[in-house]
Amino acid sequence: MKERGIEFILLLSALSSIFITLSIVFILLYEALGFFKDVSILEFLTGKQWTPLFAQPKFGILPLVAGTLLVTGIAVAVALPIGLIVAIYLSEYAPFRIKEVAKPILELLAAVPTVVYGYFALLFLTPILQKFIPNLSGFNALSPGIIMGLMIIPYVSSVSEDSMKAVPMHIREGSYAMGATKFQTAFKVIIPSAFSGIAAAFIIGISRAIGETMVVAIAAGMMPNLTLNPLEPIQTLTAYIVGVSLGDVPHGTVEYKTIFAAGITLFFMTLSLNILGFWFRRKIREVY
Amino acid sequence: MAEMNSSVKIETRNLHLYYSSFHALKDINIAMKDRQITALIGPSGCGKSTFLRTLNRMNELIPNTRTEGRVMLDGEDIYQPTTDVVSLRKRVGMVFQRPNPFPKSIFENVAFGLRVLGIFSKREIEEKVEQSLKDAAIWPEVSDRLHRNALSLTLGQQQRLCIARVLAVEPEVVLMDEPCSALDPIATLKIEELMQELKKNYAIVIVTHNMQQAARTSDWTGFFLLGEMLEYAPTRDIFTRPKDKRTENYVTGRYG
Ligand SMILES: Nc1ncnc2c1ncn2[C@@H]1O[C@H](COP(=O)(O)OP(=O)(O)O)[C@@H](O)[C@H]1O
Ligand SMILES: [Mg+2]
Repeated sequence: MKERGIEFILLLSALSSIFITLSIVFILLYEALGFFKDVSILEFLTGKQWTPLFAQPKFGILPLVAGTLLVTGIAVAVALPIGLIVAIYLSEYAPFRIKEVAKPILELLAAVPTVVYGYFALLFLTPILQKFIPNLSGFNALSPGIIMGLMIIPYVSSVSEDSMKAVPMHIREGSYAMGATKFQTAFKVIIPSAFSGIAAAFIIGISRAIGETMVVAIAAGMMPNLTLNPLEPIQTLTAYIVGVSLGDVPHGTVEYKTIFAAGITLFFMTLSLNILGFWFRRKIREVY
Repeated sequence: MAEMNSSVKIETRNLHLYYSSFHALKDINIAMKDRQITALIGPSGCGKSTFLRTLNRMNELIPNTRTEGRVMLDGEDIYQPTTDVVSLRKRVGMVFQRPNPFPKSIFENVAFGLRVLGIFSKREIEEKVEQSLKDAAIWPEVSDRLHRNALSLTLGQQQRLCIARVLAVEPEVVLMDEPCSALDPIATLKIEELMQELKKNYAIVIVTHNMQQAARTSDWTGFFLLGEMLEYAPTRDIFTRPKDKRTENYVTGRYG
């Protein structure tokens, strides 16, 4: 009887999380549909200007998408190689002692509040970068991109490491017994064997970067700008959403609904990545 | 079967091995001949695998192991500080208990060792892959699907693929650690036949706990018990007139 009760409570909490997710998606869709009554989808998807608060508003989402992709691209360029190298080191090279210290430190990197990273980018990294790149704006895509890259290293490295560690010992032994060095074993056997897990780790890292808000809101400039030049100020989807939410836009207006239009765009970007990641993770289990 | 005049390929002298403080191999002295099959038998946990892995220094992958004494390959100690472990392992190949092909194509499995050796000519690799697969008696079964994943093969085929992978780098010694224990009788027979072929060119050391297999295939047999090698003699002698009572008990099935 007691067992039944516990089961019921567990089921209820599982269902409630599904319910909450679904209602978020529903509200998002509902409000976004309201937005598309006022603005055509074509204008939204192809317009090159995003100025919803101007007297002559323009609702082209491309500048925000470009800003998001630009910062994400920079973050990924930093996080993927470093994260992979860290994972290889931890999984194949590091002695137990070092692993014991390194892993909590890496996790700490993920535990620092993102606001701190944001100000770190704005007040510390940007001035340093400006010494080397004189025409770098005070607000720019580069600096938050790099910091975001550092921030997501732990996500990339820990999932990659798990999938490398999941490569069975006898596969490693097969390689060593062939006279392969540690390096050859890591790069020619372990990485290809753990490929789907590493790909999943990369995708987690990328969706983390796409969804990241504070760092870009603080250091990238809040300026919708259709450019792929990392030296200029930009605005991302997330930064736009947080910016408008903090302002006093009246409920029910088109300006208000833009939040949801940007939100649904973001949602579809991360959703497609998650589906890709899910597919890769399914593949891991098929390998051995 | 045992030829007395064949030359010694691997010889150990006062070989001891410790896993941390556990004394797993105690004073092993054995001389294994070239172009012969040496079988190592004994109850489970007696140190057969550990011994086999001293011959290509695979035990070094396990933390806190300590090896004492000498292992001579062609008269040279492989435990000298100057020994290059990587090239040692190319000379002394190993086939494992559980078939362990890489999750790559059949072709890439065999080509792996060649690439590790630094061979990059496409033609040379193709020729050697084909030759090795033929030598491992698996070519007819895989020639039309070289680019399929090795894990799609049966276990018996996977094990012969692993043998092909070893042969590709032209080793001198082939170590086999219970290579048939995961295989059915027909696949086992194929490997045993293959061993008789390979013996023409290689020194083979096989660990087995299958008494019939040792009797059928080997020229020399060593009997291990609790980390010691109690007896080492031509296989016929071990099975028909063992000197040690404990060997007799084991080979007649009254033990372990
Ligand atoms: N990595 C290890 N660490 C500690 N002890 C080990 C390790 N591997 C094997 N042993 C011990 O060494 C002994 C010999 O093992 P092994 O060589 O695998 O025996 P066999 O192959 O004859 O069954 C056993 O008592 C086993 O428990
Ligand atoms: Mg064993």
